[in-house]
Amino acid sequence: MADIVFDGGDFARLAAVPLIPLGAFFVQTLVGRFGPRKGDWIPVGALAIAAALGIFEFAKCLTVWNPGFRVEWKEAFDWIPGPAESRASFGILYDNLSATMTAAVGLIAFLIHLFSVGYMHGDRRYASFFAHLCLFSFGMLGLVLSDNFLSFFACWEVMGLCSYLLIGHFSEKPSAAAACKKAFLTTRIGDVCLFLGIAILWTRLHTFRFTELWDAVPRVLAENGGAYPGWLVTAGLLIFAGAVGKSAQFPLHVWLPDAMEGPTPVSAMIHAATMVAAGVFLTARAFLFLSPEARIAVALVGSFTAIFAATIGICQTDIKRVLAYSTVSQLGFMIAGIGVGGIAAGLFHMVTHAAFKACLFLGSGSVIHAVHTQEMPQMGGLRRRMPITYGTMLVSTLAIAGVPLFAGFYSKDAILSSTLVHAMEHGSILHALPAIFLFTAAGMTAFYMFRLILLTFHGEPRDAHKFEHAHESPWVMTVPLTILGFFAVTGGWIFGENWFLELGKGLPGMVVAEGEAAHHEHEAHGIAMWGSIGVAGAGILLAFAFYQWRKFSAAAWAERWGPVHRWVKNKYYVDEFYLATVVRFVMFLTAVQRWFDVWIVDGLVNLVGGIGRAAAAVSGWFDRWVVDGAVNLVGWLTQLWGGVARLFQTGRVQTYVAWGVAGAVGAASVVLWMA
Amino acid sequence: MGWLSSIDVLTWIVFLPALGMAAVMLLPSASKRAIRGVAVLVTVLAFALNLYVYVAKFDRWSGAMQLVTEANWIPAFDIFYRVGVDGISLPLLLLNTLLFALAVPASFGIERGVKGYFALFLLLETGVSGVFVSLDFFLFFVFWEVMLLPMYFLIGIWGGPRKEYAAIKFFLYTLVGSVLMLVAMVACYLDAVPHTFDLLKLQELARNGQLDGTRLLHGGILLGLPFQTWLFAFLFIGFAIKVPVFPFHTWLPDAHVEAPTPISVILAGILLKLGGYGMLRINFPFAPQAFQDAGTFLALLGVINIVYGAFVAMAQTDFKKLVAYSSVSHMGYMLLGFAAGTTWSVNGAMLQMLTHGVSSAMLFLVVGVIYDRAHHRDIARFGGLSQRMPFYFGLSSLGIFTSLGLPGLAGFVSEAMSLAGSYEKFPTLVVISVIGVVITAAFFLWTIQRVFLGPLDEKYASLPEISAREVVSQAPLAVLCVALGIFPVLVLNWQMPAIETFLRLIAPK
Repeated sequence: MADIVFDGGDFARLAAVPLIPLGAFFVQTLVGRFGPRKGDWIPVGALAIAAALGIFEFAKCLTVWNPGFRVEWKEAFDWIPGPAESRASFGILYDNLSATMTAAVGLIAFLIHLFSVGYMHGDRRYASFFAHLCLFSFGMLGLVLSDNFLSFFACWEVMGLCSYLLIGHFSEKPSAAAACKKAFLTTRIGDVCLFLGIAILWTRLHTFRFTELWDAVPRVLAENGGAYPGWLVTAGLLIFAGAVGKSAQFPLHVWLPDAMEGPTPVSAMIHAATMVAAGVFLTARAFLFLSPEARIAVALVGSFTAIFAATIGICQTDIKRVLAYSTVSQLGFMIAGIGVGGIAAGLFHMVTHAAFKACLFLGSGSVIHAVHTQEMPQMGGLRRRMPITYGTMLVSTLAIAGVPLFAGFYSKDAILSSTLVHAMEHGSILHALPAIFLFTAAGMTAFYMFRLILLTFHGEPRDAHKFEHAHESPWVMTVPLTILGFFAVTGGWIFGENWFLELGKGLPGMVVAEGEAAHHEHEAHGIAMWGSIGVAGAGILLAFAFYQWRKFSAAAWAERWGPVHRWVKNKYYVDEFYLATVVRFVMFLTAVQRWFDVWIVDGLVNLVGGIGRAAAAVSGWFDRWVVDGAVNLVGWLTQLWGGVARLFQTGRVQTYVAWGVAGAVGAASVVLWMA
Repeated sequence: MGWLSSIDVLTWIVFLPALGMAAVMLLPSASKRAIRGVAVLVTVLAFALNLYVYVAKFDRWSGAMQLVTEANWIPAFDIFYRVGVDGISLPLLLLNTLLFALAVPASFGIERGVKGYFALFLLLETGVSGVFVSLDFFLFFVFWEVMLLPMYFLIGIWGGPRKEYAAIKFFLYTLVGSVLMLVAMVACYLDAVPHTFDLLKLQELARNGQLDGTRLLHGGILLGLPFQTWLFAFLFIGFAIKVPVFPFHTWLPDAHVEAPTPISVILAGILLKLGGYGMLRINFPFAPQAFQDAGTFLALLGVINIVYGAFVAMAQTDFKKLVAYSSVSHMGYMLLGFAAGTTWSVNGAMLQMLTHGVSSAMLFLVVGVIYDRAHHRDIARFGGLSQRMPFYFGLSSLGIFTSLGLPGLAGFVSEAMSLAGSYEKFPTLVVISVIGVVITAAFFLWTIQRVFLGPLDEKYASLPEISAREVVSQAPLAVLCVALGIFPVLVLNWQMPAIETFLRLIAPK
C-alpha cells in the first residue's frame, strides 16, 4: 500500500476534468461553428484532455490501492453563501468509485466524440451537436466528482437537458420532437422526487455533503433505537425514485427506447457512459439512506425491470431498440445488485457494461451508417462487408451474454452471486425473487443478443441492394470500436476481482461478509458461476437453433403465441396505458382548471364589473329621472309660476292701474263680506 | 452647478427618467429619432448610475438602510421626502433600471404616437423606481399611484384588440388595492405616536407591539378582530393584487395579452415584484403577529398559485397568455417562501423576484419577436421554427429552461431555495407544489415542441432570423440567466444581510 498524498495540484487537475469540457461547450456554442471544421476539434480535444487527466489521477489512485481511499476538496466554490447551516458549497469527493468513473466516463466520452466526427459528418447541425455532446460529458464528469447533493443534482439536470437536446437533434422529425420531450418529462418526475429527498435530508441534517450525511446516518439510527426513522425511509425512497427515472427502471423506463430517435453516438452516450449510469451511481452513493425494507424494494424493482425489458428485447426487430431494451435490462441487473447489498458488484457491472454497450451502440451506428436502415430483417451477411464492426460487436455480445473470460461474465457473475447470498441469508420467497428474475434474464440476454448478431451479420443478405452499398466505416469510427472492444474482452480481468470486489469494500454501506455469511458467499459464488454459464450457454444455443441452423422458425413461434407475442412486442402497452391514464388525467385537470379560471374566477370579476355597471345604470336612471327629475320639476314649476306671474308684469301703467283698481275693489269686497 | 452635486444619487436615478419625459414633451412629435435617443440616454444613464451604486457605493455587508436622504415635504402632516436603499430594494431597483433600458430598443417598433408613448414610458420608470427607494409611506403611496396612470394609457392606447377592457380591468383592480393601502396608511399614521409616515419607524413600532390600534379604536378591536389583523388584511390584499395572488390574478393575462411587448416586459419583469416588495417592506413587518398567524394560509395561496397557475398555463393556446400564467405560477414560489419565513425560503423568494424578472422579461421578448413576424401567437399554428431561426430558438430555449428551473440557470437557485427552505415548515405543501414543477416543464416543453420542433410550415419558410436590435434587448438577460445560475452570490451577498434584518422584524415574540 503505497502512500501517495493528493495535493492541490491533483485537485486542480480533477477540477479541470469537468471544467474543460464545460469551457469547450461555451466556446463551441458561441464561436466554434465559425472555426475550421465547424469547431469539432474543440470538444474532441477537450475530452481528450479530460480523459487523460482522469486516467492519470486514476492511475495515482491505483497505486494507493486502499479500499478506504477517500480524499476531499471541501468548499471549493461557494454557490449559496451564508453560515454553515444555510450554506451550499461545491467541492470534490475523490474515492475509488469516483476515480474509476472519472477515468471510464472520460475515456468512453472521448471515444464517442471521436466516433461522432465520422458518423455525424455533413450533418446540418454538426457544430451544435458537438457542443451538446460536450456539455453532456461535463454533466457526467461533474456528477461523479461532486461531493454534495446540490452540485450532483445540478449536473444530473444538465444531463437531462443535454439528453433532451440530443434526442431532439433531428427535431424536424415529429417522432424525435416527441421523444425528447418524453425523455425530459419522464426523468423529471424522478428528478423532483430526488429533489424532495435531498430537501428532507437537508432539513433534518443541515448539510448537502455526502460524507457528512453518511457520518450522520449511524447517529440517527442510534438515536432511533437502531431503526430507520420514517423521514429517512421516505428520503431514501424518494432519492431512489430519482434513480428510477434516470436509469429507466420500471415504471419510468418508457423514455429510454424512444430516445433512439437521437443520432447513434447519442444513444451510446446515454446508454453507456452517462445519464443512465448516473442513476446507478446515485443508488450507490445513497445506499446508506435506504432502510432494509427499501433495499428489498430496490432489488425487486431492478430485477423485475431486468426480466421485463429482456422479454421485450426478444421481440424487437429494430437493432437499436433491441440494444435499448438490453440497456434497460442490464441497468436492472445493476440496481438489483446494489439493492441486495452487492454495491461493488453493481458498480463493476456498470463500468464493464459501459465499455461493451458503448461498443455495441457505436457498432450498430457503424452498421446503420453503412446500410441506412435500422431494421434487422433487411440486413444479414454483413460480417463479410464490415469485419471490424462485426468483430468488435461480437466480442461485446460475448461480454454482455456473460461468456467466461469476457468482461460481462465477471461483473454479472458478481451480481448473481450477491442475489444468491441475499436469498440464502433470508430464505424467503421475496428475498429469492431477485435471484430467480436475474438468472432468467441472464439467459434471455444471451438469446436476444445472439439473435441480433445472427440476424445482422450472419446468413445471406436479405436486401441485396443495401448489402451492395455496405462498406466498412472510416478509422475515426473503427478505432473507438476497437478500443472499446478491447475493454469488452479485458475489462473483467484487469479490474474485476481485485479492483472492484476488493476495493469496493470501502464503499459506504458495503458490508464485508464474515463467519457464516462468508460461507454463504463462498457457496453462492460457485453456484452463481456455473448457473450463469449454464443459462448463457442455453441462451446462445437457442439463438443459434432459431436464427442460424433454423431448427425452429421464429415466425411460426410468434404465430403460435400470437396474442402474447403482440403484447410483448408492443412493450406490454405501457405507453398506451400511460397515455390513457396519466396523460389524459393531466389534460383533464388542465381543462377543468382552465374552465374554473375563465368562468368562476374571472367570471366573478366580470360579474362584479357587471354588477358595478348595472348599479351605475340604475343610479344613472335614478339620477336622470328621480333626482334630476325633481330638480327639473322644481325648475319647471318655477318656470310655470314665472309664466303665470309674467302675465301681470306687462310693463304698461294702464295694466298696473287696472289691476290695482281690481285688487282694491276685490279687497274691499272681502272686507265688507267678512264684516 | 453646485446644487446639482448636492442631489443624492438615488434621487438622480428616480428623476432622470422624469427629466427625460420633460425633454420628450418639448421635442416635436415628428422627430422620432430624437425622442428615442432621449429615451435611450436617460434609461441607460439611470441604469449606469444604479450599477455604480450597486457595485461601489453600497456596503453589502450591512443589513441596514443606506444612502438615506431626507427633506421636508409637507411638515404639517409629518410627510418627508425620504429615500434610501437596502439589500432588498437595491437589487430590485437595479432590475428595474435594467429592464427599462432594455425595453427602450424593444419599443422602437412602435410608430404610432411615439412622443406620448415615451413620455408615459419614462414617467412609469420614475414611478417604479420611486416606490423602491421610498422610506416614507406617503411618498411610497404617491409613487405607487404615479405608475398606475402611465400603465393604464400604455395598455389602453398602444395595446391589442381588447385593450380598453384590459386597461380598465388593470386600472380598477390596482385601484382597489390602492384604496385599501390608503386606508391602512392613514390608520398607521394616526395610530403611531408620534404621528409619522416613516416606514422604518412604523416597522419599529410594530415590532414593539405599539402599532395595535389603541389610539384609533376602543381596545384596538374592530368588529371583533384586532387592529393588526385588519391592517394585515388590507395591506395584503392591496399587494396581493399586484403580485398577483390567486384569486386576484385574472387581470394579469388580459393585461399581458393586450399590452405591447415592451410593456409586457415591464409588467411581468418589475411591476409584479412591487407586490412582493410591498409585502417585505410594509405588509409583514407592520403586522408581524398577524403574519405569523396567517403563515399556513399564505403558503396555501402560494401553492395554489404554483400548481393552479401551471395547469391553467398548460391549457392556453396563446403563447403570450401561456407565459403570463407561468408568471402566476412562478410568483407562487415567492409567496410560499415568504410564508415559511426561514433564511433559505425568504432569500429564495426574494431571489425568485429577480430571476423571474429576468426570465419572464426574456420570454415576453421572445413572444414579441415571433408576433412581429407572424402576426399571431397561436401556438398550434406554428411548427419547425428552429430550422428557420436557429439563433432565436437558442435564446428562446435559454429563457424557457431558465423559467422551468433548470439547474445552472437562474430560476433553479431561487426555486430550490424557496422549496427546500419551506420544507421544514410546510412539508405537505412543498410536496404538492412540486406537481407544479413537473407541469411547468410539461407545458414549456410542449410549447417548444409545437412552436420550434417538427416539420417547418410552408407559411413560415421565409421568416427572417432575429434582428440585431432584438438581440440587444435579449442578450443581457441571456447572460444574466446563466450568470445568476452559476453565481447567485452576485445577488445573495447583497440581499442576505437585509433579509436577516427582515427576519428579525417578523420573528415571533
